[in-house]
Amino acid sequence: MLNSTLLELSAALAAKQVSSVELTRLFLDRIRGLNGKLNAFITVDEEYSLGQARIADERRSRGEAGPLTGIPVAHKDIFCTRGLRTTCGSRMLAGYTSPYDAHVIERFDAVGAVQLGKTNMDEFAMGSSNETSYFGPVRNPWDFDRVPGGSSGGSAAAVAARMAPAATGTDTGGSIRQPAALTGVCGLKPTYGVVSRYGMIAFASSLDQGGPMGKSAADLALLMNAMAGFDARDSTSLERPAEDYCRELGINLAGLRIGLPKEYFAAGVDPDVLARVSEAVRWFQGRGAKTLEITLPNTGLAVPVYYVIAPAEASSNLSRFDGVRYGHRANEYSDLNDMYRRTRAEGFGAEVKRRILIGTYVLSHGYYDAYYLQAQKVRRLIAKDFSQAFTRCDLIMGPTSPSTAFALGAKSDDPVQMYLNDIFTIPAPLAGLPGLSIPCGFDGKGLPVGLQIMGNYFAEAKMLGAAHRYQQATDWHLRPPKEAPL
Amino acid sequence: MSLTPDQLQRIALLARIDVSPEELRGVTDRLNRVLGLIDQLQAVDTQGIEPMSHALDVQLSVRQRLRPDEVTETDRRDDFQSGAPAVERGLYLVPKVIE
Repeated sequence: MLNSTLLELSAALAAKQVSSVELTRLFLDRIRGLNGKLNAFITVDEEYSLGQARIADERRSRGEAGPLTGIPVAHKDIFCTRGLRTTCGSRMLAGYTSPYDAHVIERFDAVGAVQLGKTNMDEFAMGSSNETSYFGPVRNPWDFDRVPGGSSGGSAAAVAARMAPAATGTDTGGSIRQPAALTGVCGLKPTYGVVSRYGMIAFASSLDQGGPMGKSAADLALLMNAMAGFDARDSTSLERPAEDYCRELGINLAGLRIGLPKEYFAAGVDPDVLARVSEAVRWFQGRGAKTLEITLPNTGLAVPVYYVIAPAEASSNLSRFDGVRYGHRANEYSDLNDMYRRTRAEGFGAEVKRRILIGTYVLSHGYYDAYYLQAQKVRRLIAKDFSQAFTRCDLIMGPTSPSTAFALGAKSDDPVQMYLNDIFTIPAPLAGLPGLSIPCGFDGKGLPVGLQIMGNYFAEAKMLGAAHRYQQATDWHLRPPKEAPL
Repeated sequence: MSLTPDQLQRIALLARIDVSPEELRGVTDRLNRVLGLIDQLQAVDTQGIEPMSHALDVQLSVRQRLRPDEVTETDRRDDFQSGAPAVERGLYLVPKVIE
C-alpha cells in the first residue's frame, strides 16, 4: 500500500479495504522509521493527523467522501497551517504558528484530505539542494550522501521514500520540478495565477506558484483538482471556470507536436541525462507524436534575470520580518535600528541574507534602471521565446536538470554554481508558464533522471495527459529508492 | 560592477541586516560572484522592449481585478498578536524611538 498511487488508495478507501486512520498510521509509522535518516519532515503531530483521519472516516460513513477524502498529504512548510507550526525552514519562524490557513490548505481540508505533517525546505524557498534549511539538510532517498534538490526537497524526499503518498510544493525557479527530478517523483508547477498564493509565505511574488508532487501524473491531476481555483484574497489569482485536470488523461499522442529546444540538448548537460531524456522523446515519437527542433535563444540569460528579479522581490517581501509582529527577535539591542539589524542577522541564514542584500542593491538608487529594469526587459524576451515556440508546437520537452542529484556540500560553497544548475527550470516561471517533471530512467549511478514537459498557459491537463500515457507504458515512476526499501 | 566591503556595509544598513567585521570579506566576495553573473545582462540589447513586471501581463487578456472598498475582515487582534515577541494592552512593543 505504501507504493500505491492516489487512485489506488482512493479505491481502497472507497471499498472499505482500509480506513483513513489505518492509512494515516501506516504513513506515520513509515515517517517515524525513516525521518531520522532523511530529515524530510520538520513537524509531525501524529494525534493531529489521526484526528483528521477520524473525521475523514466519519465523513465517508455518512456517504460524503470524494476521491481525496481520507488521503494523507504532506505539506511544504511554506504553507501556513493553523493546526501545525509553520517555519519556512527558517530560524526566523522556528516557533511560529499561523493564525490562518493557506488557501491550498483550506482546499485540502474541504475535500477531507489529512494533513500528514510539514516538510523540510530550503530557508524561505531559497535554494536548490535543501542545504539552506535551518532544520538541517534533507537527504536523497536514492543515496543518503546526495541532496534531494530544493527548495521543496522535503516534499520530494517524502514522496520518493513513500513516507507520504503525495505532497504540496512551491516553485519560484524550479523548486517543485528540480527536486522531483532528483528524487524520481512527479511535480507540476502550474500556470502563474492558477493556485492561490494566499497563506503561502512569499519569496518572489511575480514568480511563486504552488503545485502538487506525487508518484504519477494522474495523481498530480487529482491533486490539482483540489488545489487550483480562484481566491479573491490573492490579487493575482485568476478568475477562470473550474477545470478537470484529469480530462486529458486519455489523450491521443498521434500528431502531438513536441518541440525540442536545442539549448536544452546542449553541451554541459550530463550525457546520461541526455540519453534518458532522448529515449523518452523517442517513446513519444513511437506513439505518433511529431518532434521538431525549436530554439529558445535567450535561455542562457534566464539565470541572470532570475537572480535580479527574485532577490529584488525577496528583499521587499522579507522586510516584514522585523522582530515586531511575529517571529524571532534578538535578545540584546540598543535601539530600534539595532533591534532590526540584529534580529535579521540572527533570524536569517547566509543564503537568505545574500539574496536580500542583492535585492537591496539592485533596487537601490542609481542601479534600478541598469539592473532591475533591464532584467524585466530581458524577462520579456524570454517570454517571447516561448510564445514564438508555441506557435509551432503543443508541448516542449527536455531535461528538468542538467545533472542528477549531486553530493551534499558539492555546490554549497559557490552560489553561482548552485544557481546555474537551475538553468532549465527558471525560464518557465519567468514567462508564467506551467512546467512538469516526471521520472524517465536512471543514470549510471542509479540516480533518477527527470523529463521536463512544458506547455502553453493553462495546458496543464494536456501535459499531464501526455505524461500519463508515458507512465502507462513505463514503470520508472513506481520504482522505490534502494536506500528506502518498502 | 563589483562592490567594496564599505559599499556592502551601506547596503546591509539599508537592508537592516547586521554584517559583522569577521563576515564582511566573505559576504562581499560571494556577493561579487553573483553580481558577476547578473552583469551579463548589461550586454543585451533591449531597446524598444517594454519591461515585464509580472507573469500576468502576457497572459491573454487577463487583467487585474478590483474589489469594492468594503470591510471584509473581522477583528482578530488577539489572534494575530499571540505570536508577537512583545505586546502590551493590544500594542506591539518596540525600543523607544522618541526621547
